[in-house]
Amino acid sequence: MNNQKKYILSGLVLVSFVGYAFFIRHQENEADESRVIAPKISATNLPTMMRGNNMMSNKQYKNGVYISSVTDAIYGPLQIEVTISDGKISGVKFLKYPNDRDRSIQINTQAMPYLKQEAIAAQIAKVDIVSGATQTSLAFREAMTSVLLQAK
Amino acid sequence: MGMPIEITIEDYKNTKIFNEVFNFFKYVDQKFSTYKTSSEVSIFNQGKIKLKDTSDDFKKIYKLCQKSIKYTFGFFNPSNKGYYDPSGLVKGWAINEASNIIKKSGSKIYYINAGGDVQTSGKLWKIGIKNPFKQTENIKIINIKDSGLATSGNYERGMHIYNPQNNFKKADDIASITVIAKDVYLADIYSTAAFAIGLKGINLIEMTKGLEGYQIDKSGIATETSGFSKYLCLN
Repeated sequence: MNNQKKYILSGLVLVSFVGYAFFIRHQENEADESRVIAPKISATNLPTMMRGNNMMSNKQYKNGVYISSVTDAIYGPLQIEVTISDGKISGVKFLKYPNDRDRSIQINTQAMPYLKQEAIAAQIAKVDIVSGATQTSLAFREAMTSVLLQAK
Repeated sequence: MGMPIEITIEDYKNTKIFNEVFNFFKYVDQKFSTYKTSSEVSIFNQGKIKLKDTSDDFKKIYKLCQKSIKYTFGFFNPSNKGYYDPSGLVKGWAINEASNIIKKSGSKIYYINAGGDVQTSGKLWKIGIKNPFKQTENIKIINIKDSGLATSGNYERGMHIYNPQNNFKKADDIASITVIAKDVYLADIYSTAAFAIGLKGINLIEMTKGLEGYQIDKSGIATETSGFSKYLCLN
């Protein structure tokens, strides 16, 4: 092989190696603990609602990174990865999503920076209808049932 | 449900339709209100009746809840302090059913507003999204037609309520999230799920086809999905 080709090949190997190393480091930053691939969720191990049992206690869940199976979110496939640290949900990542957007989307644990943001400000135009929340149960915040069943 | 219900039908055929729809909401409230100790939900939670002996509509809601848990990965969860509480789904379902009642009566131009969850039909209706920190104010005006809209939030909390000792709550809390979908039933489930997720809730809406959303965090910053701006236009 002549010298030119050698340099190009070395360059390619170097770039690939750097890219791979960066990927691995990136992955490590997402998870505090060892990676655990959870079993697929089938219809038989869907959560059941238990009367009178305290489903919503301050349970501690096993630390780790849990991946759900791919599920039909009505409009397309959805799959999430949940990180448990200190027994609590510390991160949520969407691995698969219905793709009806023009651009491909990478989601991490931060609010997506490219979504338009604004400070709210009073609007004084007349409206037909007003929409606002009524009291919503705080208990909903704790719910990650299907994935957390794996983390018990 | 214990909330104000507003029905506007521009092309009503007969005033009887209003009574019919209000009676339906009364029926839903009597069956599903967690605030009534005599409701079917309360009796079920008291252990006085088994699921197999509940009414058809009760069973229907129970099944819908199980499906919703699945496709929101448990972020929608019909539970409250350990008891079965399908309120997050019942409201949207009830409005959807009421909408069908109105359609069956022959009317096309109407809206139903049950406690801030809305189903519109027949023309563009102007909707104001409440300021979660000042409920006499609207902070966004949108126009929707033949779509449903639901807002989840917790107005008990003001702008600065989070526990510095509990990093999880501090990082993830939002004040409200409004979801628009083809029908209010889906909007209700997804707004409930997104609110449960917190700051990343808007991501769930962005990633799900057929939904748009507008989320307001605890510092009054709003984040909208990439297709949300179409509702700001008058066409």
